[in-house]
Amino acid sequence: MPLRTGSHSPAGFGKSLPERGLLLLMVLVFLEGSVLPLGAASSPDISHQANLDDHKAAHEGHNSTKKPFPVLALEYDRVQIPFEISLWVLLASLMKLGFHLIPRLSSIVPESCLLIVVGLLVGGLIKLAGEEVPPVLDSRLFFLCLLPPIILDAGYFLPIRPFMENLGTILMFAVVGTLWNAFFIGGVLYGVTQIQPANPSSLNQIELLPCLLFGSIISAVDPVAVLAVFEEIHINELLHILVFGESLLNDAVTVVLYHLFEEYAGVGTVTLLDGILGVISFLVVALGGVLVGAIYGILAAFTSRFTSHTRVIEPLFVFVYSYMAYLSAEIFHLSGIMALIACGAVMRPYVEANISHKSHTTIKYFLKMWSSVSETLIFIFLGVATVDGPHAWNWTFVTVTVILCLVARVIGVVGLTFVINKFRIVKLTTKDQFIIAYGGLRGAIAFSLGFLLNEDHFPMRKMFLTAIITVIFFTVFVQGMTIKPLVELLAVKKKQEAKRSINEEIHTQFLDHLLTGIEDICGHYGHHHWKDKLNRFNKKYVKKCLIAGERSKEPQLIAFYHKMEMKQAIELVESGGGSKLPSAVPSTVSMQNIQPKKPPPAKAAERALPQLPKGREEEIRKILRSNLQRTRQRLRSYNRHTLVADPYEDGFSELLIKKQKMVELEKKIKEMSNYLTVPAAPPDSPTMRRARLASGRDTDFKPAQQQKGNKNCSDPQAYSVKPVSDSVPTIQVDLASPQSPDSVNLLDEFKHAGQQQPQVEDQGLMMKPPSGQSGPNKPHEADQARDQQKLTRCLSDPGPSADEDEDEPFLP
Amino acid sequence: MGALQSLPGQPEYIDLAEKTGFSLEQIGVLHKRFKQLSHNEETLRRDHFNEIPDLACNPIRAQIVEAFFDRRNFRQNGEGTVQEIGFEEFLVVMSHFRPPSLHMTEEQRENVRKEKLRFLFNMHDTDNDGTITLEEYRHVVEELLSRSGALGKETAKSIADAAMLEVASISMGHMEPDEFYEGITFEHFLKLLNEFEIESRMNIRFLNMDTTTLCK
Repeated sequence: MPLRTGSHSPAGFGKSLPERGLLLLMVLVFLEGSVLPLGAASSPDISHQANLDDHKAAHEGHNSTKKPFPVLALEYDRVQIPFEISLWVLLASLMKLGFHLIPRLSSIVPESCLLIVVGLLVGGLIKLAGEEVPPVLDSRLFFLCLLPPIILDAGYFLPIRPFMENLGTILMFAVVGTLWNAFFIGGVLYGVTQIQPANPSSLNQIELLPCLLFGSIISAVDPVAVLAVFEEIHINELLHILVFGESLLNDAVTVVLYHLFEEYAGVGTVTLLDGILGVISFLVVALGGVLVGAIYGILAAFTSRFTSHTRVIEPLFVFVYSYMAYLSAEIFHLSGIMALIACGAVMRPYVEANISHKSHTTIKYFLKMWSSVSETLIFIFLGVATVDGPHAWNWTFVTVTVILCLVARVIGVVGLTFVINKFRIVKLTTKDQFIIAYGGLRGAIAFSLGFLLNEDHFPMRKMFLTAIITVIFFTVFVQGMTIKPLVELLAVKKKQEAKRSINEEIHTQFLDHLLTGIEDICGHYGHHHWKDKLNRFNKKYVKKCLIAGERSKEPQLIAFYHKMEMKQAIELVESGGGSKLPSAVPSTVSMQNIQPKKPPPAKAAERALPQLPKGREEEIRKILRSNLQRTRQRLRSYNRHTLVADPYEDGFSELLIKKQKMVELEKKIKEMSNYLTVPAAPPDSPTMRRARLASGRDTDFKPAQQQKGNKNCSDPQAYSVKPVSDSVPTIQVDLASPQSPDSVNLLDEFKHAGQQQPQVEDQGLMMKPPSGQSGPNKPHEADQARDQQKLTRCLSDPGPSADEDEDEPFLP
Repeated sequence: MGALQSLPGQPEYIDLAEKTGFSLEQIGVLHKRFKQLSHNEETLRRDHFNEIPDLACNPIRAQIVEAFFDRRNFRQNGEGTVQEIGFEEFLVVMSHFRPPSLHMTEEQRENVRKEKLRFLFNMHDTDNDGTITLEEYRHVVEELLSRSGALGKETAKSIADAAMLEVASISMGHMEPDEFYEGITFEHFLKLLNEFEIESRMNIRFLNMDTTTLCK
């Protein structure tokens, strides 16, 4: 099925009318032949069908008086195009899914190779079926639909710090390297074609300019291919950003060279003036692209400042502004890729501070989803196009091209590194150079550019395309498959599986300031100095304009800390019981281990716990009261335009529900161990958990209070050993009952607790057994509503599973 | 190199170059800067540093300045602080920020790494007892956040606490509730920043050419 319908591609958009009619006809003939004339009664005669829908509708209306009403009608052409697009996407997704089900395969062969093979198979089947292979990798489709998501994903999640630190090197490789490659390949290729063999061939007719054009197409490293391969080999950050950055930034060079040579290929000569204009054009294309991107990025950031009341459309702004940036740049033939990168990179810090945590997750998932589907489609289409393409195989041309590509790349990298190393603080080693040279993969952009060539101006287009495809296949298959073993063989430093720890963050910041300070003392303005200036400017002016509310003043370290706190809380909660605590949480060391003063010896009998301050007690009461009102509000507020009743609850309720579940689970485990007398692993260190969760609850981080709590409850480990029964009040409530009664109960409970036995309150946060779905979590939810917005924003991704329980509070 | 007249004699220069690893040109540039900072005196004092306008808004200025007067950073196994430093000490402290050379054995790399980390460690360990205590660590974080107003103070404390917890759990593993973690020793510090590529990060570019005239 995908085969036959697949034969009519999304690229049908661009087709002329009669062609389309022909396709329609074919499909209908096919369908009618196979599916039987279900709608035969109403089926119009074939000559009419070629004349498209409206005609047909009129026809049917005309006929309806005579024929009986058709019970089941068949009208494929109405849905054809979207249907086929969906089929392709489905095919791509299923393929991606399939590869990861075969564990052995995906570890040996890169996904990109497999996808190309699939494309080849699909193309072959289409051909076997005797149908016309669609021009799937049509340039418009590629540049307007498939490429932007991948680039936006790359730009939005671009690791800014290493990128900026290595910007000089990246630019050198991207600009000078690509220029060198283009001219070297083009020039030598021209030389080779001019060698007069005994029997003159068509090769001799190639002129210099087409050769240079070909060189400029083939010399650009392709971001899609690089991403696909480099993401699998987990290379260290420096090499990754060098190769990937180069592949992104060489776009401007490619665009300019391409247009320059294409323009003059007809004329035949390039004067010096054209060359100078080309250089100027390069600056305009590159800087213009960045400028357009930056403007849209700032606009997006500014827009996101005001979205706090319409959270649902927040993610859309990111996508639409970026796409607009890309299209706007393309209008003027500026570098769309650079515009997208700039847009994504500029907007991200501000947008992330403004939008809710859920929107952030949405953006992340959408970008990843789009880019991975696009990537899959691109590789499959590459395969299909290979089968389809009008090939003109020329051994000399193809082999020379492949060899030249390799040679030029190696010479370029080694030569440029020699120069760059004079300026770099951290030098590039020989190994690094090898990986950079070897990682120069070519991909679909080159193919699409080649596809765009005009057959009239370039009679060798077919041969060019064949050579381009060969180079792409060579780099993707040979280099892509061998790079992983080579990386291991050379023991190139891999990426650390780094969750960055708080200590590293502190030292990163510390080092930044230290180096800036030392530079100032040395008395020269190095890049730390300028970075510091820029940071200060950003903090002082830009953030104020683009970020709403308090968060604009938050220093990076604090933001990081909040994020980390949140992440740990979520991990903790998601891990269910305490037994599977992630290693990031220092589970065996508690606060009191590092307190400078030893905690007072435990008073075993009374277990003195911190007295609740009066203000706090009042607060709890207020929370409980407002909570009662909120439940009612929430039930009323089912609304298409809002995700939750009020923006503050965003993301937080799910955390609390999770927490609830964890407690439940914990209790179950304990019960089980009671019944079965099997010693279940005791969940460890509630102290940490409490500390974490308490601070998760309390965005202001009242560490003093937290510590006091810890200091005073003598032995936090004891909780885990102790049976749950004696210290925790159990409130049994059936799930179906409305919240109000137990909320009232809780109110009493809390009052009670607040006045007499603060311990109950203390534990109430964590250890309270399930008491209805929505009862107990409400108080905390309402807790410090003013801070929650801040809090939920810095929540990092809780994973898709977090949303599953989202609707539970809405249960009656 | 107009500064050459005011420099010490060439042999001494070569000595310094050997000792610190700087090139002669770099020493020349730094010496000029030294003179500029000290107003043509032989020694630098703390208030000379405090006069540097660019340094004024650096949140950890105090610690940076202190590092220059800390005997531990002079590579002479000394301890305690001094009141004024000569050009040699200035240069030695600066040499901690020299970028590593391209060809290094693993062992050399490890040494460079340790040296740089030791410098950081000394900056944190203000009382020179070989451990960074919680108090000292809090102080570090507080200084870091000192430019962010009232918001910083309380948060700094809890950040330092969280960081200390992390250190304790990394370096000690399991701890009984009544055990007490005194502070970060240098070994723990090494372990802690194991993934932190200090040798490629704690560098600044020392110029061979004189650009100090451009600066305040």
